[in-house]
Amino acid sequence: MKMMMNIDAICSWLLPNMAFFILAVIGIVCGVLVVTVRNLVHAVLFLAVFLLSVAGLFITLNAEFLAIIQVFIFVGAIVVLFMFLIMLTYRVSDMAVPQGNKLKGVAIVTSSVLFCLIFYILKAMKWNEVSVPITGDISQIGKLLLGQFVLPFELVSFVLLVALIGAIVIGRKGE
Amino acid sequence: MQFLYDTQQLVDTIQHLLVSMCEAYHLPPVFVVSVVAMVVALSVIGGFISVNAMMVVLAERKIAGYIQDRLGPMRVGPFGILQTAADAVKLLLKENIMPAVADKWTFFLAPVVVMAPAAMAYVVLPWSPGLIVSDLNIGLLYVMAVGSIGVIGIIMAGWSSGNKYSLLGGIRSSAQIVSYELAMSLSVIGIVMLAGSLKLSDIIVSQQDCWYIIKQPLAFILFIIAAVAECNRAPFDLPEAESELISGFHTEYGGIKFAMFFLAEYANMFVASAVCATLFLGGWNGIPGIPLSLPPIVWFLAKTYAIMFLFIWFRWTYPRIRVDQLMGFGWKVLLPLGFLNIGLTGLVMVLI
Repeated sequence: MKMMMNIDAICSWLLPNMAFFILAVIGIVCGVLVVTVRNLVHAVLFLAVFLLSVAGLFITLNAEFLAIIQVFIFVGAIVVLFMFLIMLTYRVSDMAVPQGNKLKGVAIVTSSVLFCLIFYILKAMKWNEVSVPITGDISQIGKLLLGQFVLPFELVSFVLLVALIGAIVIGRKGE
Repeated sequence: MQFLYDTQQLVDTIQHLLVSMCEAYHLPPVFVVSVVAMVVALSVIGGFISVNAMMVVLAERKIAGYIQDRLGPMRVGPFGILQTAADAVKLLLKENIMPAVADKWTFFLAPVVVMAPAAMAYVVLPWSPGLIVSDLNIGLLYVMAVGSIGVIGIIMAGWSSGNKYSLLGGIRSSAQIVSYELAMSLSVIGIVMLAGSLKLSDIIVSQQDCWYIIKQPLAFILFIIAAVAECNRAPFDLPEAESELISGFHTEYGGIKFAMFFLAEYANMFVASAVCATLFLGGWNGIPGIPLSLPPIVWFLAKTYAIMFLFIWFRWTYPRIRVDQLMGFGWKVLLPLGFLNIGLTGLVMVLI
């Protein structure tokens, strides 16, 4: 009887944590591959796997809604659009075309500064423990988005609208 | 046959049986029950997908024959009913050929990336009360999100084949899916507003008195058009258009890899029909007002196959549309109508 409880306890601890480690390793490996592989289509495919692993991480945090939205928007729409654009671009998957530019030094400096910044911010931040029971209830998210956070929400949609209009203006310039 | 009516009780009884067995033999109940549930669900879904595809392919060829005033397959078995079984064996035994210019790994993985999401969607399909692998709170969103992954496999197949026709098929597919996915998601928002939930079983329960096809007729039409486009079926089968692209993204595929694309197409078709039956035709409920008592799973399958018949009927009735017509129709007709439907639903809900 005791052993039986132990196995159950181990299962209930191991499964979510194992999932986290597997997903984290997949995410990091694919994230590195996205910026290192020469072939752009491969890079986009690795980006898709990376985004899926992030969605998996959301599920381990019980944030199923975020995970599904992540898959829906990033994998289902953004990655597909990337692929579409890459395939329409002339010779982009050709090995002879250079895939990077000669700004390695600048890139290293900027990314390490950014990394340190994020690292220290995360370390210095005091995290609030919120004891709201986690439910998959998306009506709560809806109420928060259209109630307490309505201003930032509308602001974001305004930014998207500006981007949309900008794209149309740039696209029409040739005519 | 009583157990077919009360599937919830059936599932509960089996679960209690398993738990008491675990206690008798000193096994961990949570572990055993979840492993048994997983194995059973996976085998049932896997078996269902293959058998369903074989049956529907045969049905499609027979219906096509009827529509075109010919007999359809007649040679293998009585009335040709073993035709698709013979085809499946032939596909499984064929040599595996890969083009020399193909991108090896992408070419190899593309059928898997198409097939896996198609199978994943079966997890939330509500067959009967209690007979749902996982009744997610966000079931409807899950089906849509999972359905949108498959297109990556199609693009991978088109690009990695190293062939212009296949590449064109992949490009067409990506443009088509992105446009029609939007129309599809907009069309179901009205139902989510009425039902107040994204859980598929809740949506079914809220249709006990009146199906949503009566309350949301516009959404039904939009959804079915978008679903046909998402399944890459005629008249929206531009990614594989035989007469223009020599079957597009899967030109270079043969044997079991081609079989997987084929299987995925029919698996997706079943999911689209099942979701449509769930959202608009009341799922496992009977017809309101008609005292006809059938097991819920029979109702569900009957409605799903009725919509599948509609899909097949479309394919052999309408000619394929042009690419510019496809995009124009998606963005200029379906999308505004989807917004109109949401607005109207909101207005009526506020007034009543």
